[in-house]
Amino acid sequence: MALFDKHALLEKHSMLLTVGILVVVAIGGIIEIAPLFYLSNTIERVNGMRPYTPLELAGREIYVREGCYVCHSQMVRPLRDEVERYGHYSLAAESMYDHPFQWGSKRTGPDLARVGGKYSDEWHMDHMRDPRSVVPESIMPPYTFMVDRPLDFSQVQQTMQAMRLVGVPYTDAMIENAEYDLLAQANPDFYPNSGDYDGALVDRYTEASGREGTVTVRAFDGDAENITEMDAMIAYLQMLGTLVDFETYEADSLQNRR
Amino acid sequence: MATTTMQKNGIDFSVLTVGLFVGVFTLLALMVAAWSPDPLFNIHGWLSLGMSLVAILAICFWAANRKDGKLFDETQYEDTLIKWGVGVSMFWGVVGILVGFVIAMQLTFPSLLYFEEFGFLNFGRLRPLHTSAVIFAFGGNVLLATSFHVVQRTCRTRIAGGMWPWFVFWGYQAFIVLAATGYVMGVTAGREYAEPEWYVDLWLTIVWVAYLLVFLGTIWKRKEPHIYVANWFYLAFIVTIAMLHIVNNLAVPISPLSSQSVSLMAGVQDALTQWWYGHNAVGFFLTAGFLAIMYYYIPKRAERPVFSYRLSIVHFWALIFIYIWAGPHHLHYTALPQWAQTLGMTFSIMLWMPSWGGMINGLMTLSGAWDKLRTDPVIRMMVVSLAFYGMSTFEGPLMSVRAVNSLSHYTDWTIGHVHSGALGWVGFISFGALYCLAQWMWKRDRLYSANMVEWHFWTATIGIVLYICSMWVSGIMEGLMWRAYNEFGFLEYTFVETVEAKHISYIIRSLGGLLYLVGALIMSFNIYMTAKGKTRKGEEDHVHAPTNDGIPARAEAVPAE
Amino acid sequence: MNYETLSSFAQTWGLLYFVVLFLGACTYALWPSKKSEFERAANLPLIDEEPINE
Repeated sequence: MALFDKHALLEKHSMLLTVGILVVVAIGGIIEIAPLFYLSNTIERVNGMRPYTPLELAGREIYVREGCYVCHSQMVRPLRDEVERYGHYSLAAESMYDHPFQWGSKRTGPDLARVGGKYSDEWHMDHMRDPRSVVPESIMPPYTFMVDRPLDFSQVQQTMQAMRLVGVPYTDAMIENAEYDLLAQANPDFYPNSGDYDGALVDRYTEASGREGTVTVRAFDGDAENITEMDAMIAYLQMLGTLVDFETYEADSLQNRR
Repeated sequence: MATTTMQKNGIDFSVLTVGLFVGVFTLLALMVAAWSPDPLFNIHGWLSLGMSLVAILAICFWAANRKDGKLFDETQYEDTLIKWGVGVSMFWGVVGILVGFVIAMQLTFPSLLYFEEFGFLNFGRLRPLHTSAVIFAFGGNVLLATSFHVVQRTCRTRIAGGMWPWFVFWGYQAFIVLAATGYVMGVTAGREYAEPEWYVDLWLTIVWVAYLLVFLGTIWKRKEPHIYVANWFYLAFIVTIAMLHIVNNLAVPISPLSSQSVSLMAGVQDALTQWWYGHNAVGFFLTAGFLAIMYYYIPKRAERPVFSYRLSIVHFWALIFIYIWAGPHHLHYTALPQWAQTLGMTFSIMLWMPSWGGMINGLMTLSGAWDKLRTDPVIRMMVVSLAFYGMSTFEGPLMSVRAVNSLSHYTDWTIGHVHSGALGWVGFISFGALYCLAQWMWKRDRLYSANMVEWHFWTATIGIVLYICSMWVSGIMEGLMWRAYNEFGFLEYTFVETVEAKHISYIIRSLGGLLYLVGALIMSFNIYMTAKGKTRKGEEDHVHAPTNDGIPARAEAVPAE
Repeated sequence: MNYETLSSFAQTWGLLYFVVLFLGACTYALWPSKKSEFERAANLPLIDEEPINE
């Protein structure tokens, strides 16, 4: 086959051209991206960041699956109107465990970086089920199916293992208890006989966070019996942007200035 | 030559290797279909198995019908593959534009076009389908078809690799099918313009390496001493997309039998990698590749050599050198360190120069033959594409300025900007090249109907104007509304008021998209009839297309250098 | 590594790299003896004979 003709294989001009192109484009990429891994002040020093709990992680997977990022950003810019509309501007530290990042590039709907705690669970339920029932002018699609669809969390433990492999500090206990933790977060009464079970979940992730109150346990869709996709989705939305303690964050400290 | 000795034995080495490859993938697909506990991965296993079996049957059927023993005739160009490319490009083009129209309508009339029981038809799943269909399915197939055409003609040799170019072509279609069905089912990596999951990414990597080798192999056996500049652009497109694709999609599958993966990088590093990829998908897929089309098809159609070959060389190196740095302008005012934002902005502004240098080189190729703008609607389409290219490459650097970006980012202005480049530049230059190919590959004196090209041109142009103007209005309006304060110092508008205010613009945008779709349908019909060898009644004696008599091709066409 | 080392590197070696590359491309494009090669190359799209002449 002519492709493997010996005399032609290392034909000078085409190889020079190929290597030239590769060198030019590779240098650009390396010099631009590599320093982000080595510059000490790329990610701010903050208190409160922790990995996602299994239920929140499952919710985040649904967020990705449904393509929420094509209409909702998760990146509040340090501009006056944005900070007033959404809350404190987003820090790099806040997405340090996001594989992949979900900053988004378009606001067909509002930014969600700080949506956690802004609305009640019931509001989210109604809004996801039928957006126009609570916001008549909304153009968001309905996610009615999430209300009844049981959450498939058969892969959540594997996902956490893979995330640990790429640097998310999940502990052995977190991975080992992933499925129980997931059930316990959406249903406080799931283990009536071992009353402190959800306590174990809260302890694990509070310790990782170093900050009280970042883990909430409740029936997010109002129905403790069935763990649905809506439970996971609301659990994720309600924790977005709530982890970092901005009381202790020093924006002007030299190591946080970039 | 190796090819001829192999063919004497009745079977070509490339057919064997392709067959072996497909066989291995059939096995892998079978394993996934049989063992994967992940239902979505399972479906993809069965789908891949089906596609592999069809491929094997097709190869056997094809080989059985080669009775003369001549599998790949080195004295002939491989044009059948390019004919397939023309047809498939039009098919994916219509599909992609149609999905775009549907999602534009969803944003305009949400109560009518969302169905509670069909969650998989929601905007979030269809938008990746639209972007991938138009960029990778339509644009990608146009690039495959034109690059195979250009590299053969300018190297004066048949495409290398025997059956491998066919593997590249059909393997790429398989990639599209897997990616598209994945989006609708909810299999996504969640990275804009790089949504396919890990196994689809791996498959594309294999196809892409084969593409690079086929392309290089053809250059290696060229009969011209010089490698024509269009091939430089194609080569830069192929090599750089390979690098971007591999780096941006680095991920850890959560299990070999699961469709899901987690990306290697997180947060701010992931964001920069993604937009380094994202912007260079624009730079190397949607620009370098289509500039290659410009450098071959405009001179060829106009029967003039390119305005300045020297400028094309400077254009090439300046463009690929500067483009690669521009990515961070997608992340202005975000948590990306400011030095990276400034770097991205600086290079984005510099990018204006090579972009316009290239545009001028393409436009001036017409100098001395401007009358063809009037007589040949295909030439006009390609020249107008350059005008749109000039416009969007001026708008781009403008929007990359931090102060402008603080207003334009997150708004519809960005969507308008993208579409002026995509519909105007990429769309029109592709349409021009496809019209040329339809006529040349099927060896026709003229297209079925030049009047229908006129109709296509005007419906599409009006469609683009409606689209980008409505997006300028809605984008700048919502940007200003978001930052508006009332006399008490409070934000003037709630978010949803800005959504409501865009309704009229969205109606106009949908109308623009519809017109563009109508144009593409007219074109499909025209190309189909051209391929069938028909000429539209009443147009038999109108010769719009260039013929070899008339203006001499070479002698007078030397540019003033 | 900190910002200062990075920026001083960019403002010296980075600038040099950029200038050298640009001058290199221009020199290649404008090299006098290349003129005839480029003129022939520019006409490549306009000559194609089919089938391929061996």
